[in-house]
Amino acid sequence: MTERLASLERDVAAVLGDRLVRAVADRGELTVEVAAADLREAARVLRDHESLAFSTLVDLCANDYEGYAQAARQGPRFAVVLHLLSIRHNRRLRVKCFCPDDGFPVVDSLIEVWPAANWYEREAFDLYGVVFEGHPDLRRILTDYGFMGHPFRKDFPISGHVEMRYDPVQKRVVYQPVTIEPREIVPRVVREDSYGTGKG
Amino acid sequence: MAEIKNYTMNFGPQHPAAHGVLRLVLELDGEVVQRADPHIGLLHRGTEKLAETRTFLQSVPYMDRLDYVSMMANEHAYVMAIEKLVGVEVPERAQYIRVMFDEITRILNHLLWIGSHALDIGAMTVFLYAFREREDLFDMYEAATGARMHAAYYRPGGVYRDLPERMPQYQSGNQRSAAEIARLNANRQGSLLDFIEDFTNRFPGYVDDYETLLTDNRIWKQRTVGIGVVSPERAQALGFTGPMLRGSGIAWDLRKKQPYEVYDRMDFDIPVGTNGDCYDRYLVRVQEMRESNRIIRQCIEWLRKNPGPVITADHKVAPPSREEMKTSMEELIHHFKLFTEGMHVPPGEVYCAVEHPKGEFGIYLVSDGANKPWRLKIRAPGFPHLAAMDELARGHMIADVVAIIGTMDIVFGEIDR
Repeated sequence: MTERLASLERDVAAVLGDRLVRAVADRGELTVEVAAADLREAARVLRDHESLAFSTLVDLCANDYEGYAQAARQGPRFAVVLHLLSIRHNRRLRVKCFCPDDGFPVVDSLIEVWPAANWYEREAFDLYGVVFEGHPDLRRILTDYGFMGHPFRKDFPISGHVEMRYDPVQKRVVYQPVTIEPREIVPRVVREDSYGTGKG
Repeated sequence: MAEIKNYTMNFGPQHPAAHGVLRLVLELDGEVVQRADPHIGLLHRGTEKLAETRTFLQSVPYMDRLDYVSMMANEHAYVMAIEKLVGVEVPERAQYIRVMFDEITRILNHLLWIGSHALDIGAMTVFLYAFREREDLFDMYEAATGARMHAAYYRPGGVYRDLPERMPQYQSGNQRSAAEIARLNANRQGSLLDFIEDFTNRFPGYVDDYETLLTDNRIWKQRTVGIGVVSPERAQALGFTGPMLRGSGIAWDLRKKQPYEVYDRMDFDIPVGTNGDCYDRYLVRVQEMRESNRIIRQCIEWLRKNPGPVITADHKVAPPSREEMKTSMEELIHHFKLFTEGMHVPPGEVYCAVEHPKGEFGIYLVSDGANKPWRLKIRAPGFPHLAAMDELARGHMIADVVAIIGTMDIVFGEIDR
């Protein structure tokens, strides 16, 4: 397994060249990081190069790192994560790309490299507000028609901002500010490294 | 001469052939589809966001409710992702139980698919037969887990409990005669494994029955042959997995190619289609049911001979037994911490995929070391399949749209998440 991973790392490093920002091998999986400006070109060579042939985009999602590990954030807030699969070589690869601007996260669309990116990019835009430049039809996909905001961002409350009810006077469905308080029964805790070991 | 315009039509969200809450906006030229625009999200519950606010264990039942016709396969990917992050070993017996129930789930899913697909294209009878067999499979779920559908049986580190020694039986009441009850209980005299074995003896005959009704049926062939054709290259580019990919002739099955649990010890074949149309995908799925039946038989044989623990002894991950908990202070603390604060998963990110009945079901899990996931992304197999709806349906008739939806095996619980 480690030999397979090392050979994959060598091949990816050779193909990406100086486009490769960082490569991390962890738990039998390889993650490579590329800059947002290089994403489309990097994707194209990963798909087309003989030694890699990542013909399938298995998954594409966004990620919000605001408040990660309950510490002050270092580096950009939003990342786009791709999971690639090469059926010919039976290999998987994770590609990560941070969006440089936290206020207006934008990366190039991969729809011309893998058509499967179409809905995944719409989903990432809908839930995280990441804009994919060059996407022909970047509409919301999972949330309601006319929804405001990007619900999976960490600053979006789990109970939302508006709720819907039927108004018997107006005889239609109306939106109003939510009337429930968010509550957390089990708090989120990150323990220090030595917790539970009996030391420190 | 009157000006002829394209006609836009809403298919669903309350159409019985839309398999749930699909709203499909079709642009039609006469009866020919010019453009199909599926609107999804009507069943969006924000499972991924909810999981970020729950402890790792509390999210297991949410997984059942993603693809609600193949419950345990969803759980499997989720618990595998946690196990990979924590680095915990799963006992061998638990791995066999998981593989057996994965395959039971696959049959469960394919039976629903064959029934509803046939019903959509006008064959009523298969539906009734398929649901008769599903009843037996639900009884297996119930005997092992206590729940007929939403089992929450797979836990990080193993499965919740061992298989029961006695199969529950029908009780006498005023609804059924004594003779009827004796007939119903005939194959429930032994353990759960005996009941499953009896099912696997009967099941190939049932599959033959479905095939008699469909495989050489002229109407069935007219409705499926040459409909929704996908080339192997296009299927890869569109992100197809599972039977949708194998129907196009690519022998790709995670159980063989990237085996997890004990699939590498199982003897089974991967059925592959040639033309990539609805009919080939039908043949692939039917054959998969037969292969699943073989795998279940191999698991039963092993499980009979090898008793043992079914969940890890690491009490930071899995709870101690009730008896230990009541008698040992340390185990009491473990139990308390596990069910209040929950386990802490080391920081890192993993992607775990299983060969789900519908394709590759993956969980991308990011942990920052807390008792709750930082990010959980569910890679649902149906999502890229439905995304290709426009491409598959273009140029076909309205009636073929129904056949294409059926062949994709769409379930909205997983697509909308």
